[in-house]
Formats: sequence, structure tokens, C-alpha cells
Amino acid sequence: MTSSVQEPAKMAPATHMALQRRVLAAVGVQNVSLLLALVVLVAFIGAQNSNFFYASNIATIGTTIAIVGVLAVVQTVVMLLGGLDISVGSQAGLTSVVSAMVFMATGSALAGIAAALALGLCLGLLNGVVIIYGRVNAVIATLATFAAFRGLANLVSDGRAQGYTGVNHLFVFLARGDLLGIPVLIWILLLIAALVQVMLHYTDIGRNIYAVGGNATAARLAGIPLNRYIIGCYMLVGFVAALAGILLTARTGSGQPTSGSQGLELQSITAAALGGVALQGGRGTIVGTILAVILLGVLENGLIILNVNSFWQDIAQGALLVIAVVIQQRRAGGNGVGLP
Amino acid sequence: MTGAVLLHMDNVAKRFGAVQALRGVSLNARAGEVLALMGENGAGKSTLLRLMSGVHQPDSGSIAVDGKNMAFATPHAARDVGVRVVVQEPEIIPDVSVAENVYAGALPRRGRIFDRGALRAQLEHDLARYGFTGVLRPEQIGRTLSPAQRQVVEILRALTGGARVIAFDEPTSSLSDHEVESLFRLIAQLRAEGIAIIYVSHRMKEIFRIADRILVLRDGASVGERPAAETSEPELVRMMVGRDLSALFARSPRSIGRGVLRVDQVTTTDVRDISFEVRAGEVVALAGLVGAGRTELAHAIIGDTPILTGQIEVDGKRLTLNSPRDAVRAGLALAPEERKQQALLMKRSVRDNICLAVLGRLQKLRFVSRAEESRIARRYVQELRVRTPTINQEVATLSGGNQQKTVLARWLASDAKMLILDEPTRGVDVGAKADIYAIIDKLAAQGSAILVISSELPEVLGLADRIIVMQGGRIRGELTRAEATEEKILSLAILEDAA
Repeated sequence: MTSSVQEPAKMAPATHMALQRRVLAAVGVQNVSLLLALVVLVAFIGAQNSNFFYASNIATIGTTIAIVGVLAVVQTVVMLLGGLDISVGSQAGLTSVVSAMVFMATGSALAGIAAALALGLCLGLLNGVVIIYGRVNAVIATLATFAAFRGLANLVSDGRAQGYTGVNHLFVFLARGDLLGIPVLIWILLLIAALVQVMLHYTDIGRNIYAVGGNATAARLAGIPLNRYIIGCYMLVGFVAALAGILLTARTGSGQPTSGSQGLELQSITAAALGGVALQGGRGTIVGTILAVILLGVLENGLIILNVNSFWQDIAQGALLVIAVVIQQRRAGGNGVGLP
Repeated sequence: MTGAVLLHMDNVAKRFGAVQALRGVSLNARAGEVLALMGENGAGKSTLLRLMSGVHQPDSGSIAVDGKNMAFATPHAARDVGVRVVVQEPEIIPDVSVAENVYAGALPRRGRIFDRGALRAQLEHDLARYGFTGVLRPEQIGRTLSPAQRQVVEILRALTGGARVIAFDEPTSSLSDHEVESLFRLIAQLRAEGIAIIYVSHRMKEIFRIADRILVLRDGASVGERPAAETSEPELVRMMVGRDLSALFARSPRSIGRGVLRVDQVTTTDVRDISFEVRAGEVVALAGLVGAGRTELAHAIIGDTPILTGQIEVDGKRLTLNSPRDAVRAGLALAPEERKQQALLMKRSVRDNICLAVLGRLQKLRFVSRAEESRIARRYVQELRVRTPTINQEVATLSGGNQQKTVLARWLASDAKMLILDEPTRGVDVGAKADIYAIIDKLAAQGSAILVISSELPEVLGLADRIIVMQGGRIRGELTRAEATEEKILSLAILEDAA
């Protein structure tokens, strides 16, 4: 009898714990830590300068992270596959120039956008082909195209900003328009993130991407066409990098060969790594990446608001990439290189 | 007769999360004695070895070497006092020579200059001393070594490092029979030199051939220790699992039907002129020594490596094999020898692993229903008796036997009609072995065509309807179930001109 009376009292904390564990498992430990870091950062910056909380400042953060955000989302996809794309920034620069030049030549924004997107697919295809048929390591292959695409962008543009899109409604809408009070740039980021999230979690394509990154040999022996997945993912990156290039053109009002796109590769890789995407592939989530993108955006904005020398931003970025990977390795529990 | 106690483990216990891997086990390793450790997978043998080698530290209990208490904080600490564990899959530096692999960290030098000649001489001397001449060439590159050769490298590392206590963790699982013989000769030699040997194995015959004492573990506890001369196979089996093994090979009536797989004069870089057929409802075994080309043949059939000449037919239709995808689509499936490296997504769930090959068929407009996947996973977990808490369990946490069942479940879920199973019970405990044999038997009875590659002769004899024996990349003979004996298979596999 006594035991049956005591049982409910014992049960209550147990189920409570189970619920906590379930919530934690659903959100993910990585994401909880990112959220905590974000809260601490926001509290710290806000305490130093309350202008941080102005709606206009929040919108600024949102629009600044949109371009790096879409790139981080697709960077996540290639990293899940076990690859890496260092050329995203150069792809964005080249497509930015081309979108503006085609727009100037044809007078049609749609033509400019279509040309950029088609070029993006080709650049991605080139990366994929070099990696697969040249059997070049993904880091080396995209490091090479990182330089080549940048060179091409400077070549076709003569190293100068091209055209002027500030008079075109479509470009202006992309850069400064809003829907339901939320900037279009943020909508685009949300849309891309949502589409990729659906692809990763609800389609066989996404599940196979995780499988290829988790164990390429096993995936191959299970009949998954590795080459098609690798090419497909790099083409997806190319397409989205072209979208980023178009947004870059829209925001600055002209096609930019390097300005604005330089450094996007580092930022997108940092965001993905910080968001918990395993560098070996096979593990990571879009939610984590997006949280990391927000964290990086808030940090950058905070440093500006607090009048920190802008060179510190690069240092902070580099430090964060190392910290993110250190945390990953610690959680994976392996021995460090060179340690007994 | 037996010497001093070199290594003494007293009442050691170890817990990993929710699992109590060891609950107080004691052992003595004496100079000049072979102590065998037996037990099913999960009984705690591996954990015991890891405590011994300093990979893990015990939660309680103590470890003493030469009567002095030791706390092995790292594998280095254990090595420094002469305790070495020869693991199943040793770390091999892929791009340097055998000699540099063996003496890594202690290369001979003249001043600061690395002395290549001395290194070679030293290795040749040590190879001769331990009876490995001809097994390894000093200049051979790490990545080209077979599993057996890797093991020899690891043994040499232990011996040249001055080990006095050497533990072997299932050393013969990757060795062919004649390699096993040389290993046993080596162990006898080491024993005579006063080294204490701890030998972990599932194989009864080996244990009785070389062990002086046998310690049996079950569920992390010691069940008992017996002098080898005073116990028997049935007693040990009872101690390990508490049940009889006579029913290990169940055999349902099989009706052999039409040909499913036809291999016609296939030549690759590793095998020459291979022709055979596997029919529906038939289990064909590919026997032979490690290195006879069986695994390579399997990978060629599945489209993983190129076929130079010859062809593969499935159901009478010739296959164009550009990648494993073509084979999988035709209904062929390979459960590879290296499960962890080649078959499993270790960090993903049992469900994801089971559904890997069936996703393409489940998708509607590329969307896959999680509920449908879970239903399939549950069905096969139940049917194959995969012991896992839930289908969401990470595969890495399962035992070898349950990992193998997960791989089998993948191919059953995808309705493969021709299964190629490469060493299906490697590293699998006795209980799970019986389960896997029963699964193979049931599949054959249901009309699947099955090709089993196995280096364990009892397994070959127990499972197969026909046995094809390979040697040096060629087929040396074929035996029916009725005429096959261990001796006949072995002579075809070893002798130069048997045919």
C-alpha cells in the first residue's frame, strides 16, 4: 500500500526529466548552446548600447545576414555530403557582375537574373566535374575555382563595378522591399532555408546526402549514385551563390566583382561549422546553421555598434571558426593530433 | 611449471553510461602461460583488454604489474611496463614501409640521420627471429598490407617494444588457416621465452590447442576459470551462453530452382577466369584462404571494381556494371566483410541504416514517409531479432552481431534476390551467429540465392549446398554438400596442383 501511495510522487520528477530530455533531444544540444550564446551576446551588447534593440537595427542585422545566410545554408548541404565549397564568394561576385551587365545590355532585370542563375549552375557543375572526374579533393578544387572565378569576375568587369540597377523596380524590391513588414531579403533567406530543410529531412535526396557524408562506401554499395549527388549539390551551391550575387547587385545598385562577396566563403563555412555541421560530413542541421548565422550577424553588428575597430571582426571570425571546430572535436571525443 | 604472476587485475569494474561492462573481474597472467579469455560479445572481454592497455581506466579494483600497483593513465604507460594488446585492426601508417611501421617512434639513426640500411637489417633480423620471414617484405607499403600482415606488424611492434605481457584480441578472425598455424607457432615460442599471453577468441579448437587456463566471462562477470586440460567444449559453451550449440546450423528443406546469378569467365585485376552459377533457394559458399580473391570477386560482381573480361548475368539478362547501383537495381546485394567501414552509417539510427537501400522505392515525388520507414525498420528488427532498445538507436552502440543483422535487414527490406555475404559472422558472438545462420537458412528456404564467403570451415560445411574453393584468384574446385569435408576443402585451398 505504501508503495502505491509513493509511486505518483516518484513518477512526477521522472516524467518531468524525461520531458526535459525529449525537448533537449528535439532541439539538439548544439542548438541549445547556440541559443544560450546568442542570449548572452544580445544581453551584453544591449547593456552597452540600447540602440541595439531598435527595430531598424534588428532589420539591419536581418538584411546583412541574408546573403551570407543563403550561402551558409547550401554550404551546409555540401559539408553534409563530406565536401566543402570555398568558391562561393567568387561565384557570387562573378554572377553579380554578370547579372548587372546582362541587365544593362538587355534592359530586362529578369534576363539579368536568369543569366546569373544559369551561370551559377554552370559554375557549380564545373566544380562538381573537377572534383569527380579530375578526382581532385574538394578543398583544392574549390580553392582553385575560388581564384579562377574571382579572376574571371575582374576580367569581364575590368575590375570595376558594372551598371546601375537602382532604377529597376525588381532589383529595388529585392534589396529594399518588404512583405508584411518584413524585408524581402529575410523572406528569401527563410524560403531557401525552409526548402533545403524540407529536402534534407523529408525526401530521399536529403537522406541520401546524409548517408553519403556518413559513409560514402556504404552509400555506394547500397546503390546510391555518388557522382550524381556530388554534382547535384555543387550545382545547388552554384545556383544559390548566383542568387546571392543577384542580391548583392540589388543591394549595392551595381555588379560587384569582389566588393561585398570577398570573405563570404569564410563566413559561410564558419556559420556551418559553428552550427554543428561535422567537417567529415554526415552530421548537422539547417536550424543550427541559421542560428549560427544569426549569432555571427549579431556579433558583427554589435562590434560596429560598440565602435570596435572593424579589423577585429576578421579576427573574431577566424577565432570563432577555430573555436567551433575545437568544440566539435571535443564533443566527438577523439584524441587530439599529437597527444598520447 | 608456470612462472611468476606478471600482470594481476583485481576485482576491476567499469561502467559506460548505463552499461555496467565489467562488474568485478580478477585475472592473473603468468610468465610462460597462455590464458584464454572466452565469452560472448558484450561479455566484457574487450573492456578488460582496454583496461589492461590503458585505453580506459577502471572505476574500481586495481591492476598490478610485477606485484606493483599501476594506474595506466594512457596506452603509453601500459607499454612502458611491457603490457601490450594486439588489437584486431591495428593502426597502420598507410604510406610508409613495413619497417617504418614496425619501429615507428624508435627508428635507427646515425646521429640525426635516419639509417635506412640498419632499419632493413633490423627488420629482417626480427622477422627471422619470430618466424615471419616471407610473410612481410620490409619495403612493402602500409596500405597494401592484408589484414593478416597488419596483425603481424602489430605483433612485431609489441615484441620489439619489449612486451612481457601480450594480449591477442581475436587474432585469427582475419587470418587464413595456414597463417593461424604460424601464429600458433609464434605463441608457443613466446610462451617458452617466458612471456605471459592472454588470448581472446570465440574459436574452441584454437583455445584447446594453445591455452593453459581458460577464464570465461559472461555479462561482465567471471563465470569461472578452468585448466584447459580439465574442461571440454560443451562445458565452456554452457558457461558462456548456458545452452547447447548442436542446433547452430538449422537446415530447412530447400528446393533449388532456376539460376539467378551467372558469372561467366570473369577476369579482373585480382581474379582470373571465374565461372559459376547460384540458383534460387541455394546457398553457395566461396571457400579459400584470405587473399584467394574471394572478396575481390564479390566486389567485381557487385560493380564496385571493374571487370576486365567476361560477364555477369542475373536472371538470364546480361548486366552492364558501371557502379554498384546497376547491380543493386538488378537485385544483387553485398554485405561486405568490413561492415563498419563499408556497410554501416555508424552515427545514424538502426532505422536509417535499414532503410538506406529502399528509400528510392519508398519515395513519392521524392518525399519519404517517416512512418513507412519506421514500419519497415520495426518489421525487420523483429523478424531478424536485432537486439536494440529502439529503432532510433545509433548503430555504433550495437554489438557486432546486431550490426550485421542490421545490414542483412537492409537488403531484405529492399527485396534483393541475390545476397552476397562476405564473412557474415566475423566478430559476431555465438548466440548471434546461430541467429544469422538461421536467417540465411530461412532466406534460402524462401527462394533467395545466397553466396557466402567464409574462412570458417565449419560455417562453410554447415551452411552451403555447394562449395566453390578458390586459390590464388582462380577456382580450384567445387564440392557438393555431400562430398565436402574440412580436409578436402583445405587441400583445394592450399595445395599447389590440387584440382
